[in-house]
Amino acid sequence: MIFDVLIVGGGGAGLRAAIAVVEADPGLKVAIVSKVYPMRSHTVSAEGGAAGVIGEGDTLDEHAYDTISGGDWLCDQDAVEAFVAEAPRELIRLEHWGCPWSREPDGRVAVRPFGGMKRMRTWFAADKTGFHLLHTLFQTSLRHQEIQRYDEWYATRLIVDDGRVHGVVAMDIRTGAIEALAARTVILATGGCGRAFPFTTNAAIKTGDGMSLAYRAGVPLKDMEFVQYHPTGLPFTGILITEAARAEGGWLINKDGYRYLQDYDLGVPTPTPKLRSMELGPRDRLSQAYVREVERGRTAETPYGQVVYLDLRHLGEARIEARIPFVRELCRSYQNLDPVTDLIPVRPVVHYMMGGVHTDIDGATPIRGLYAAGETACVSINGANRLGSNSLPECLVFGARAGAAAAREAREAPAAGERAVRAQGADERRRLEHERDRRDGGAERIADIREQMQETLEEAAGIYRTRDALDKAANRIAELRERAAAARLDDHSTAFNTEMVAALELSSMLDVAETIVACALNREESRGAHQRSDFPARDDGRFLAHSLAYRGADGGPRVELLPVTITRWPPGERVYGR
Amino acid sequence: MITLQVSRYRPGQDAEPVFQDYEVPLRSDWAVLDGLAHIKDHLDGTLSFRWSCRMGICGSCGMTVNGEPRLTCGTFLTDYGEGPIRVEPLRGFPVIRDLVVDIDDVLAKLAHVKPWLIREGEELPLTAEYTQTPAQLEAYKQYSMCINCMLCYSACPVYALEPDFLGPAAIALAQRYNLDSRDQGDRFDLLATDEGVWGCTFVGECTSACPKHVDPAEAIQRYKLTAALTSVRNLLPWGRS
Ligand SMILES: Cc1cc2nc3c(=O)[nH]c(=O)nc-3n(C[C@H](O)[C@H](O)[C@H](O)COP(=O)(O)OP(=O)(O)OC[C@H]3O[C@@H](n4cnc5c(N)ncnc54)[C@H](O)[C@@H]3O)c2cc1C
Ligand code: SF4
Ligand code: FES
Repeated sequence: MIFDVLIVGGGGAGLRAAIAVVEADPGLKVAIVSKVYPMRSHTVSAEGGAAGVIGEGDTLDEHAYDTISGGDWLCDQDAVEAFVAEAPRELIRLEHWGCPWSREPDGRVAVRPFGGMKRMRTWFAADKTGFHLLHTLFQTSLRHQEIQRYDEWYATRLIVDDGRVHGVVAMDIRTGAIEALAARTVILATGGCGRAFPFTTNAAIKTGDGMSLAYRAGVPLKDMEFVQYHPTGLPFTGILITEAARAEGGWLINKDGYRYLQDYDLGVPTPTPKLRSMELGPRDRLSQAYVREVERGRTAETPYGQVVYLDLRHLGEARIEARIPFVRELCRSYQNLDPVTDLIPVRPVVHYMMGGVHTDIDGATPIRGLYAAGETACVSINGANRLGSNSLPECLVFGARAGAAAAREAREAPAAGERAVRAQGADERRRLEHERDRRDGGAERIADIREQMQETLEEAAGIYRTRDALDKAANRIAELRERAAAARLDDHSTAFNTEMVAALELSSMLDVAETIVACALNREESRGAHQRSDFPARDDGRFLAHSLAYRGADGGPRVELLPVTITRWPPGERVYGR
Repeated sequence: MITLQVSRYRPGQDAEPVFQDYEVPLRSDWAVLDGLAHIKDHLDGTLSFRWSCRMGICGSCGMTVNGEPRLTCGTFLTDYGEGPIRVEPLRGFPVIRDLVVDIDDVLAKLAHVKPWLIREGEELPLTAEYTQTPAQLEAYKQYSMCINCMLCYSACPVYALEPDFLGPAAIALAQRYNLDSRDQGDRFDLLATDEGVWGCTFVGECTSACPKHVDPAEAIQRYKLTAALTSVRNLLPWGRS
């Protein structure tokens, strides 16, 4: 059996890609390999919404400009233009498939404001947008019985020979069986890598596996230094309080009840929200303002670190229930407070990876037949800082594009190289079985090393960075990698061995960690989410360019630069609230 | 500290499930899931369970806690006083390993009810949406909130005895589409059967178990009414078909 298109990942991007393949040609053999059941994918957690121009008075150019300035001019503008043009169609398609978008009284789809967006263009399904989007895609995919699924299978290696992909090796988590799945084309749609950090909104599955698979196969990872901190996570759990809470009129205040963002060039406070201003500024700037507030001693101390507060009380119960009921549900269940009457303690939390597998505008990577889409890919439309509500439509637009492109290529691509599939499959099976059986000797646990890696990243590659800290982190991660190879596994069984999965995930995250640090070291400027205290200014002369991290001959990363594509918007100043 | 009595079953090693006790820190903000993660990370790497979002939305972490089906990420250790807390796999499903159960049967049932928009004729162009007023949205919204956590199946006495029963979430899902103003199907052949709504003896356990207020019991009762009316109409000479 040889698949025409094999998709790794069943989240928003993966499911959209699969449907695009059957739409292009129902005769193609397509499969989804996913380490969790597709509707468990992390897309399910997205709350706020999905951006796409529909409202009167809005234009594609304005969406493009907001995205590009929000990304501090590191976005490829040809990709952004394609993205904003196709996003509305994708969102309407979802509507046609049954997505329960929130509505205006007259029955049209409603839109809400969002951070960094100058117009109201964010479609939403209350504050469970990702949940509804994912379930709609999943249920629609069930209609296409030709989509074969490998649920709870974990992809461990890409089969690559002679510059072309020939399939993947994957482990059936339930039985421990390791199989080579031959394919003419492969799409990586494995999501982000927030779990490489200690405090994150990301679900357990977000361990950067696809990035690591591509990186080990020789594809460069792009712009890995750009890690987004979301300004409003609940302390301890890291559960996200969606930006929609601020779009609906929520305020950020410090321990003195003062709307501190006015001190950070984000505009002046107004009673009702003003677009691209104050609480509706971009995430990088808001998270940086928090750090300054901590330095000034104006934040409140809690057992889980310094916090500021999100104040929704003035919105009233009716509006909170109608527009952001999940925020209330989460606060009540996980923080034991009610936003109708209480302040919500919040602090910045790792949320999104702007960087990822280097692709072109169709999701194609430098390896023939290999594509990537969704958060795991870097096309790039997000540049140095993603705008909230751009990533769900990114999953749809580029998932569909990658699916269509892979379908086209599959019809022409040669049959998978049988010899490579067999040889690399056998090789990988040996490696994994060895991993599972060995490891009794070492003293350390997977979880201990994981925690140390997370702390290391947070210290060195957090909201503000310096050469010294990054240098130390690079050495430390190299050391952790050696220790991980010798760490102990308690579980040597084959059935649903989640410790084995954790070990594989740790090694993915170490690849990710290494490239984040290497790219951050190399970029001696401050841009968007990458702030170097030792190089506080943006430097377009040297760094109006993407970072490409290749796996070097010694196993460590090697960073090169690739100029940004500028079409119509030359680099300018990022202006908010003025 | 609090004791978690965790059901262990390792195929090939345990003939049947056995309980193993673990002591975990009793912290006010720890969910049962945090306790299990503590065990896995620090005490015993061999314990297997599913989880992902730890915010009550992915539906992975359903287990039986002190006899009741619960989402373990939203069930707190302090809800159980001094303990001990018994953690078992969801009842009503075959156990694969430890706290992990086989849910493929229910997944097949979800797919069986045609959970997608059924429409006749041409699709609208990609420049226009179907209009749907907030009231029309409200008509099915509740049934669209299901996270497929399977707690309702675990609670359902009919499903326990009659594995062919379509069951609460699948029927609620069918109703989610039936009641959607954009949908033109009625899924009658699938629902108005002995394995469908007529299988339900209206115990209502599903609705009590549901963490998302989907109210599958109501979905079933409402469809029974629809089905009865439709059957009557179908029998009459001027009815459809
Ligand atoms: C709490 C939260 C709220 C958010 N809210 C918004 C929002 O309002 N608007 C917005 O635009 N964006 C939002 N985002 C971002 C957005 O949700 C994600 O970027 C997006 O959903 C990623 O989708 P994906 O398809 O790329 O990956 P995911 O949905 O993460 O799916 C990844 C898939 O890959 C599979 N996988 C991974 N590794 C492997 C492997 N080794 N083998 C097999 N399968 C594998 C997984 O099983 C899964 O199916 C939010 C993010 C978070 C964390
Ligand atoms: S109806 Fe409720 S209990 Fe049943 S699967 Fe859905 S969310 Fe879970
Ligand atoms: S871990 Fe997702 S619902 Fe509990």
